[in-house]
Amino acid sequence: MTRTAAVPTRPAARRRPTPTETARLLPASGGPTYREHLDRVGPLPAAGPGLIQEVLESGLRGRGGAGFPTGRKMVAVRGRRGPAVVVANGTEGEPLSAKDRVLLARNPHLVLDGLVAVGAALRGDRIIIAVERARQDTVAALRHALVERPDHGPVIELVQTPSRYIAGQETALVRWINGGEARPVFGNRIYERGVAGRPTLVDNVETLAHVGLIARFGAGWFRLIGPPAEPGSMLVTVTGGVDRPGVYEVPIGSSLTQLLGQVGARRVQALLVGGYFGTWVGGERIAAVPLSAEGLATVGSRPGCGVIVALPDDVCAWAEVATVAEFYSAHSAGQCGPCVFGLEDIARAVRGVLAGDPEAEAAARHWTAMVKGRGACHLPDGAAGFVESALDVFGGEIADHRLGRCQRPHHGYLPSPAPGDWR
Amino acid sequence: MSRFRLVLDPTACDGHGVCAELLPEGIALDDWGFPIIAAGIADDHLPHARRAVSACPALALRMVRTDRHGGP
Repeated sequence: MTRTAAVPTRPAARRRPTPTETARLLPASGGPTYREHLDRVGPLPAAGPGLIQEVLESGLRGRGGAGFPTGRKMVAVRGRRGPAVVVANGTEGEPLSAKDRVLLARNPHLVLDGLVAVGAALRGDRIIIAVERARQDTVAALRHALVERPDHGPVIELVQTPSRYIAGQETALVRWINGGEARPVFGNRIYERGVAGRPTLVDNVETLAHVGLIARFGAGWFRLIGPPAEPGSMLVTVTGGVDRPGVYEVPIGSSLTQLLGQVGARRVQALLVGGYFGTWVGGERIAAVPLSAEGLATVGSRPGCGVIVALPDDVCAWAEVATVAEFYSAHSAGQCGPCVFGLEDIARAVRGVLAGDPEAEAAARHWTAMVKGRGACHLPDGAAGFVESALDVFGGEIADHRLGRCQRPHHGYLPSPAPGDWR
Repeated sequence: MSRFRLVLDPTACDGHGVCAELLPEGIALDDWGFPIIAAGIADDHLPHARRAVSACPALALRMVRTDRHGGP
């Protein structure tokens, strides 16, 4: 939670505030303009190759979902020949995630600073920011921010992407920027050959916002909050059966129970952590788990993109699971056989669980095991992980459906937005 | 295990199944007729693996050395 009460009063003479409070990315005060941004954090220092070492030491991990160490990605691109391309990924394909667009609306210049700094550190000659075309409010906010920036900065290209779950997957995004369809490419090492065939770094916009602060205040400052293995704050989108849904900034490693209390969660049956690409965590296990990769790993989960859905205990879990299984099937790029046919069969098996078919659970497990690791991207793995965790967490409810005694309604906390075009 | 393994491009594969016929020791077919590739190729099976690569109508299969890798 952003602890506004903890903001230190800073001496008027100090040019650069060094925020140690949790409100790092979502400022407690001030608007999104360049002037307000500079008032908050001061100018961006000239970045060079030294930034790579600083990011390595900061321990920053990607905030888009995969959680890969950001510094190591920078090193991989720096080690390649030729001018690099740096892409800020703000496509935010997770249906319930709002953190990237909230960040871009409230603090666009911090994201752009991180992008510019990484570009300078890698001697990149193309700097791109990508957002979903359907989010025209975000596009407008970014356009406004881009014209506000000083003339001596590098040119930043704004790219708009189609509305597909995996259009923001990095090989799909690179293919789109290169003029193709926004579908994943198999075995494409973008750090070698990405945009225009050049070494390419794709970082989530929140990740870059953290870099924008690390470039100013350093790795030591960054590590002031969060556990040593996963320092910093993270943005979470909390939704479901809660009184105050929204995007919050929390220290990594903070208590899930406390977060749920603060958003006003009502009688939680289970949490979906990490969005549709994530996994279910049973209500009885929440108290023991901090919001960190290390903590969530103990219950087979991970923070992912920071979406947390609280499912109340008075709604039918399997109706929600079935909706997401259908979503996965509908959003297959149609390129890989096991994904096309497997996700369809998995969705059918989950419908079977919902209908009380006694064979359906075994069928679902059979097919989730069969599709894992067999796509050009991780879409089948996401579907399998989501459904398997549902089978683990909602086992008692499977029996309820088999015996025809589930009386709980389908609420629709998990939507299934229809897939858009690939171009 | 040899120094080679098979890599399938799942976006190119159309599930013809020729590979599984030529190299049943290393390739099984799933419920939908798409190949599931074993982790490595035994040295004895290398000639069959090469034939499977050559015979793929979709050019979806290739053989790579296991001692070469890189990247983040």
